[in-house]
Amino acid sequence: MTKPSVATRVELTDPAAELLARLERIHGALMFHQSGGCCDGSSPMCFPAGEFITSDADVLLGTLAPEGVTPIEFWMSRSQYEYWKHTHLTVDVVPGRGSGFSVEAPEGVRFLIRSRLMTQEELEAFDLL
Amino acid sequence: MVFAPPNTDGSKVTLPSHLDNFIGGKWVPAQDGETFEDISPVDGKAFVTVARSKAADIDAAVQAGTDAKDAWGRTSTTERSNILLKIADRLESHLEELAVLECWENGKPVRETLAADLPLAIDHFRYFAGCVRAQEGGISEIDHDTMAYHFHEPLGVVGQIIPWNFPILMATWKLAPALAAGNCVVLKPAEQTPASILKVVELIADLLPDGVLNVVNGFGVEAGKPLASHDGISKIAFTGETTTGRLIMQYASQKIIPVTLELGGKSPNVFFGDVMAQDDAFLDKALEGFTMFALNQGEVCTCPSRALVQESIYDEFMEKAIARVEAITVGNPLDPNVMVGAQASNDQYEKILSYLDIGRQEGARVLTGGSKRTVDGLEGGFYIEPTVFEGDNSMRVFQEEIFGPVLSVTKFTDQEDALRIANDTLYGLGAGVWSRDTNTAYRMGRGIEAGRVWVNCYHQYPAHAAFGGYKQSGIGRENHKMMLDHYQQTKNLLVSYSPDKLGFF
Repeated sequence: MTKPSVATRVELTDPAAELLARLERIHGALMFHQSGGCCDGSSPMCFPAGEFITSDADVLLGTLAPEGVTPIEFWMSRSQYEYWKHTHLTVDVVPGRGSGFSVEAPEGVRFLIRSRLMTQEELEAFDLL
Repeated sequence: MVFAPPNTDGSKVTLPSHLDNFIGGKWVPAQDGETFEDISPVDGKAFVTVARSKAADIDAAVQAGTDAKDAWGRTSTTERSNILLKIADRLESHLEELAVLECWENGKPVRETLAADLPLAIDHFRYFAGCVRAQEGGISEIDHDTMAYHFHEPLGVVGQIIPWNFPILMATWKLAPALAAGNCVVLKPAEQTPASILKVVELIADLLPDGVLNVVNGFGVEAGKPLASHDGISKIAFTGETTTGRLIMQYASQKIIPVTLELGGKSPNVFFGDVMAQDDAFLDKALEGFTMFALNQGEVCTCPSRALVQESIYDEFMEKAIARVEAITVGNPLDPNVMVGAQASNDQYEKILSYLDIGRQEGARVLTGGSKRTVDGLEGGFYIEPTVFEGDNSMRVFQEEIFGPVLSVTKFTDQEDALRIANDTLYGLGAGVWSRDTNTAYRMGRGIEAGRVWVNCYHQYPAHAAFGGYKQSGIGRENHKMMLDHYQQTKNLLVSYSPDKLGFF
């Protein structure tokens, strides 16, 4: 995992970054929107950039920039962010059967969020204290 | 007796090695010939391949529906009702076969498919067979010479995207009203659980005219998206999560068609102090109600995944409640004594484990469970211990739908406090209230912002009780005759019987 030089809200594991590079070759530039609710909820959904219309109802948690891949925005609905904001997210990938219209499903894998509590420094950096 | 897995000696279920799409009354492969594997979460192994469809297959299915819709829409309600009754009879005569297959495909215990999923699905077809016969239009006398006639008309071809947690029942909740109302359907099962629905279709195919019911299998991005965004559908119904729900509304907004969405929840189950007033059958029922979070491995949109227990009884009640959770029988889902089976997929299993991790990090205390588990002989399956956390409603395990056998428990002081915590959630699908005091139960039931509040019961899904969400849990209601309206246009004929002109020109 690459160590950020500045505080981030969201990061990628190396396998997730490699998968995104592969997916970009199939689908073009990509974006994430973090889902909530039923079945496949609480999972990050990966779409062609611009496919999912974001708005004032959403928060841009960060822009992921794995090497050789067009920067990928990571969004979450504003209401959901209120309950998630004290945690730092890492997008990982596991074998799986897919969900929603997320583009990685046909590859037999699924993006997965791993979470940890933000450090004191991160909470300060994002004005969350 | 433990049921045998499909395609083994003595099994109730025989499957071919491959399952195709059902379009225009025929079984057809994906046009590009691609397939994908259907994995049983019971042992983690693939047991059948299924057509992996793309936009061209969706096009063919919508066309088949379009070709069939005029004739089907003109059938009498008696004809359609009789077909639904025959579907119910057919499913009933294959109940055990379907129950075993759904258990194997989804991981849920056969105890549940035998007693709930299949009997409810069968009853649902019969319910809508009755509803459509009893539905009436309207005649309104605007004035002595002017009449407004209201007719119900089918929408045409509707798209339905089905979740994997109750493969047959969730398909039935959408199919029965749509067919009763005279629509043709293009249905996409979840990629985790297509085989159960395909078996249902195989059993009932001869009962429906060609093109009325079309089933196209595949992944969301390859088959679900072309269906949801197809120009030829007049409505899209979806059960799933919020991001896909928004995306489906976005596609629907571009074509101006209606949507029905059921998007899950984080349902509170509230236990007032008076449940402990006596040690009787009611207390026993309340303790079962507490344990309902583990039903279907917690993979239920209305999983009572937050328990709110009044502090006056907290220690005493929790001691009994944890004992009840620890009495859950786990094991091979094909054993009718087993109460909790396998999680539906590997990614679901991994996600639940990630929540067990963040729950601990946030300081929630594990009262029981908290880990993965294995079942002897089924080491490749996806099994999690029924888990109870104790913590605060602001924690993520109290706010997010984990969709696993994971309960988060907190205390409340009084009714006002209980209502505040119950409603401190983005969702509003289900809730439970347990009290011997009818006034308390009524006030709480009305105060909780959720579409379904179970009072002194939980996880009952009878036809004729409307089911659907407030807040971010969705739009529309299922499981009730009002669902017919969700699949119908209203035609108004405004007729003047007066010979006199209006006098404007």
